[in-house]
Amino acid sequence: MTSDLDRRAAPPGRLPGSLAANPRLDRWLAFDAAGGVTVTPGKVELGQGILTALAQIAADELDVSLARVRVQAASTPASPNEGVTSGSLSVQDSGMALRHAAAAARAIHLQVAAQRSGVPVEALRVEDGAFLAPDGLSVGSYWSQAEAGLLACDAPAEVQPKPPSARQVAGHSVPRLDLPDKVFGAPRFVHDLRLPGMLHARVVRPPARRARLVALAEGPLPGDATVARDGSFLAVLAASEHDAERAAERLAARATWEAEDTLPPCHALADWLHAAPGEREAIAAREDPAGDPVRTLRAHFFRPYVAHASVGTCCAVARWLDGTLEVWTHSQGVYNLRADLAKALAMAEEDILVRHMEGAGCYGHNGADDVALDAALAARAVPGRPVRLLWSRAEELGWAPVSSTMLVEVEAAIDADGSIVSWQEEVTSHGHSSRPGRNPAPTLLAVEYMNPPRRIPNAINPPLASGGGAQRNAIPAYRIPRLHVGVKRVAEMPLRVSALRGLGAPANVFAIESVMDELARMAGQDALDFRLRHLDDPRGRDVLLLAAEMCGWRGRARREGFGLGLAYARYKNSGAYCAVAAEIEALEQVHCRRLWIAADVGEAINPDGVLNQYEGGAIHGTSMALKEQVLFDARTVTSDDWETYPILRFSEVPAVEARLIPRPEMPPLGAGEASLAPTVAAIANAIHDALGIRPRAMPFTPETLASA
Amino acid sequence: MLAFTLNGAAAIVDMPETTPLLHALRGPLGLSGPRFGCGAEQCGACVVLLDGRVAYACTLPVSAVAGCSVTTVEGLGTPETPHPLQRAFLGEQAGQCGFCLSGILVAAAALLARDPDPEDAAIRAALDPHLCRCGSHNRIIRAVRRAAAEMRGAA
Repeated sequence: MTSDLDRRAAPPGRLPGSLAANPRLDRWLAFDAAGGVTVTPGKVELGQGILTALAQIAADELDVSLARVRVQAASTPASPNEGVTSGSLSVQDSGMALRHAAAAARAIHLQVAAQRSGVPVEALRVEDGAFLAPDGLSVGSYWSQAEAGLLACDAPAEVQPKPPSARQVAGHSVPRLDLPDKVFGAPRFVHDLRLPGMLHARVVRPPARRARLVALAEGPLPGDATVARDGSFLAVLAASEHDAERAAERLAARATWEAEDTLPPCHALADWLHAAPGEREAIAAREDPAGDPVRTLRAHFFRPYVAHASVGTCCAVARWLDGTLEVWTHSQGVYNLRADLAKALAMAEEDILVRHMEGAGCYGHNGADDVALDAALAARAVPGRPVRLLWSRAEELGWAPVSSTMLVEVEAAIDADGSIVSWQEEVTSHGHSSRPGRNPAPTLLAVEYMNPPRRIPNAINPPLASGGGAQRNAIPAYRIPRLHVGVKRVAEMPLRVSALRGLGAPANVFAIESVMDELARMAGQDALDFRLRHLDDPRGRDVLLLAAEMCGWRGRARREGFGLGLAYARYKNSGAYCAVAAEIEALEQVHCRRLWIAADVGEAINPDGVLNQYEGGAIHGTSMALKEQVLFDARTVTSDDWETYPILRFSEVPAVEARLIPRPEMPPLGAGEASLAPTVAAIANAIHDALGIRPRAMPFTPETLASA
Repeated sequence: MLAFTLNGAAAIVDMPETTPLLHALRGPLGLSGPRFGCGAEQCGACVVLLDGRVAYACTLPVSAVAGCSVTTVEGLGTPETPHPLQRAFLGEQAGQCGFCLSGILVAAAALLARDPDPEDAAIRAALDPHLCRCGSHNRIIRAVRRAAAEMRGAA
């Protein structure tokens, strides 16, 4: 399997990003005679604004106005296969591919116009899609040459996109293309899809993980509702949503399940993780000359399981027709989903069409893929008719994959000069990816209930070169002569776990940046100075200094009940740089009042869109730090509504000031996830500043702080 | 048959009286603005205005709106004639996925109708029943302030 990172690397003569695997230009863009250009990336809109950034890139390279660019949602088999939209990689993978493809399309079209007109190609310029000779007369356009099939070829490697200084659209803030539909309530989400004859479906979930349906009592159902069953997978279908919901309730009362206790102790997870069998991998082992240790710190840090908790619930529409299946989905990867649907349903991939439509905000591998199989199973009972299956809130919070609980144990020492001499760290975690399409066995929820049931394989940690999972940001970015980091992946996953914004980074950065603060204190140094002393990367130093300046770190005065904390991380140790300062107020519980974020993402295509992501990621991080924890008993998740799984509300959100260090000449480094982890760590450090208590366990509630 | 006013026009639905209003709006009445988020009045994604007051369409039986006036986000304005709030949300780029915005926009409209110059604390209080997971809260608060200023200026 080619990793995201492998595909992105483009040595001289090779194509950038996803273009290397999908070199045909007409897979990426098409002109039409009416004066429009349609771009067809394989990446999808998740609420992060990627469609707008991709349209900007295309408009810039083609020299057409942004209004002429239409971005078509990904689908199989029409779109290039760009894998999964994840890991803050879309601008690198898709954007750089599209930039090159558009530059190639421009060059090819100009060459043809030059040959036809006799005007040398160097003399032609492009103005909103028209090819103009030096005298200002038009000698053609993308639109007049649209039908000539000029893009039915592979992208040449030698094309040069514009230099950064010549970009007029990319690098400038533009309004998001998808937002008008969303403020006017226009149908845009898969939830809004209405097809003729469409039925509504709901799933009846068991009372325990992998429970078996052993009896189902007969009885009437509301309206025209009917049952779809495959083994222990149970769903109802009805013409109206209300009937489908009522039928699901009735059917649940008639089902008898055989269930077992399978889940670990919810309130003793750190001990459970420590003792759990698993495989250990050393990910850093350095033994450089170092001073003598004079003071040693030992500490461990814990994060519970956390949920995606999107405001919308997962939804899909499926239709069977003559043995083929068509699915409308908010999956992050249409090809990956297709692969697992084929395995789960024992079909050929070619017999499945998967079309992307937007869903509610996606922060990782949620239930979007699962619900697509649920819908397909329900729709199989009514061939020819489209079936819309919507998860309940309890399914969304209780049955989607969750992000792994983690334990990070650190032992670090400083010498007499106050320099770090050694750092040993052991990370214990489940894997962080059980995404579909990457394993010989399907990973969609329903396969554990269909007949015959199949176990979903244990979640994996992607290799560190692709950003890692539990290893993500586990290696401190600071200069440490003796460094040993190991990661143990727990051998089983009683609760299904997969990728969620940041993967291992939030727990790892919380641990590392807490230890950095404690070591600084031991050394009698300022927390900012201590970091700068151990940080060689000038771009990392720049974001730290900027965040410190924004929050007034140097001149700060103590205020009773308030605390200020600082944290830094380079996402994945290879992506965007981000430093966060947090101000908290400790009342009966901890409130985060203000956040200052300094970031360096390299080239920012839509700077305001990047800031929106940084602000949002920081608020997500605040919520994770202060409130979030999946609760469960021995059989199932019990935090399955907004009262038992609270997230940050309007009355609780901090003021956020975010700034980007402009680096338009540098490669883009990704935006979506970088602010979350340092926000968690900055809040922890601010709590220590205010209370003198070192938070050791997330979330930072009065209960966990009392035991710190 | 139940008759009520929907976004200024007469509407009739023929559904069991216990059907949640949300299913009527998204079903036979063909709207997509009000959204299902929880079905339990805990997230605000379904919120509409009932005679100008905030109401949860996910639990409100359709019978309860007979003879009343229901306003959804579609009734606030259109791309051609946007409500000042819709213009301000676009101006501030106050949204990411946008799933929560329909409920937030109508709740903000109800707030500005009763308090044309709300303090930030009043905006936060009015929107507190609404969950936004993408973290657009601060932009949303700015947008409400911006719309309020515009509406006061126009008055």
